[in-house]
Amino acid sequence: MKISIIVTLKKDVLDPQGKTIKKALEGMNFKNVNDVRQGKYFEIEIDEKNQKKAEEKVEEMCKKLLANLVIENYKIIGSQ
Amino acid sequence: MNSSVIIFPGSNCDRDMSVALKKFGFKNNMVWHNDINLPKSDLVVLPGGFSYGDHLRSGSIASKSKIIQSVIKFAKSGGLLMGICNGFQILTETELLPGVLLRNKFSEFICKNVFVKINNTENTYFKKIKKDILELHIAHNEGNYFCSNNQMKQIEDNNQIALSYCDENGAIGEKYNPNGSSKNIAGILNKEKNILGMMPHPERMIDKYLSGDDGVIFFENLLNNLK
Repeated sequence: MKISIIVTLKKDVLDPQGKTIKKALEGMNFKNVNDVRQGKYFEIEIDEKNQKKAEEKVEEMCKKLLANLVIENYKIIGSQ
Repeated sequence: MNSSVIIFPGSNCDRDMSVALKKFGFKNNMVWHNDINLPKSDLVVLPGGFSYGDHLRSGSIASKSKIIQSVIKFAKSGGLLMGICNGFQILTETELLPGVLLRNKFSEFICKNVFVKINNTENTYFKKIKKDILELHIAHNEGNYFCSNNQMKQIEDNNQIALSYCDENGAIGEKYNPNGSSKNIAGILNKEKNILGMMPHPERMIDKYLSGDDGVIFFENLLNNLK
C-alpha cells in the first residue's frame, strides 16, 4: 500500500520559512495573502495489503520519527 | 579521565572537540555512529555539525543511530553527556532533554560571538566556575529553543536552564537574543543535571590568540569537577 502523510507545524509554533514565502508572494503581487505555513508531505510504500494495519504501522512511524510531536501534527491523508 | 566523542556522517566539530578535550587532559576516543558499544567514559560528547545532512529535522536521524542506544543507557545511569549545537538538537530529538530547536527567528544562519550567563552551578559542568558570564561562539541555523508551556514550567521549577544569552554584563533581554529562543535559552540541563545541551561552542574558545579563552575556563573547570 502507499500511504500519504502530511506533517504540519502546530498553530503556535513560529514558521520563519512560511513568513519568507508569504513575503515573496506579496513581492510577486499576489494580493490578500493572509498567512503561509510550510509543512512536509511523505509517501510511504509499505508491504502490507490490509489498510488498517498499514495505517497503524505508518502512524507509529509518524510518532517515532516523521513528526516531532512537541511542534508538529501529522495526518494520514490517503491510502491506496 | 576518559571521554568519547561520537562522530555522525556530517559532524564537523568532532575533531575540534577532541583537540579541546585532549588539551585539558582527557584521554579521548572517537566513536563511530555505527558502533554499538561505547568505550568506558567519564564524559560523552555529541559534537556540532550537520549530522545526516540535517535531513528531516536537525538531529532527528542521529537520534535513531546505532550508537545512540548505548549513549542513552550511559546517560540514564547518570553518566555525563554533553551535546553542543547539533549535539543539543540530537539530545532534544532523543527526548533526553525537553523541547526542540526551531529554525532561527529571522531565517538566517548566525555565526558570531555571544555572551551567555550561567544560571545553574549546582552541577558537574559549572560547579565552582570562575566566571558567571562566558563569551562563546555560536554558528547555527536552528537554535531557537522552544518547548510547551508545561515543559517550560518543569524546566523552571527544576532549575534546568543552564545558559541564557545576555550582554557582556549579564543583562538578559530580547536585544541579546540572537535566534528567538524562549527566555533567551542557550543551554539546558536535564532534571538530574548530568545531561547538558547548549548551542554555543566552548571548543572554539580555547586559544586566546585565535578566538578567545572562555572555553578554557569551561573545560578546566569541568575536568577539575570530575577529578
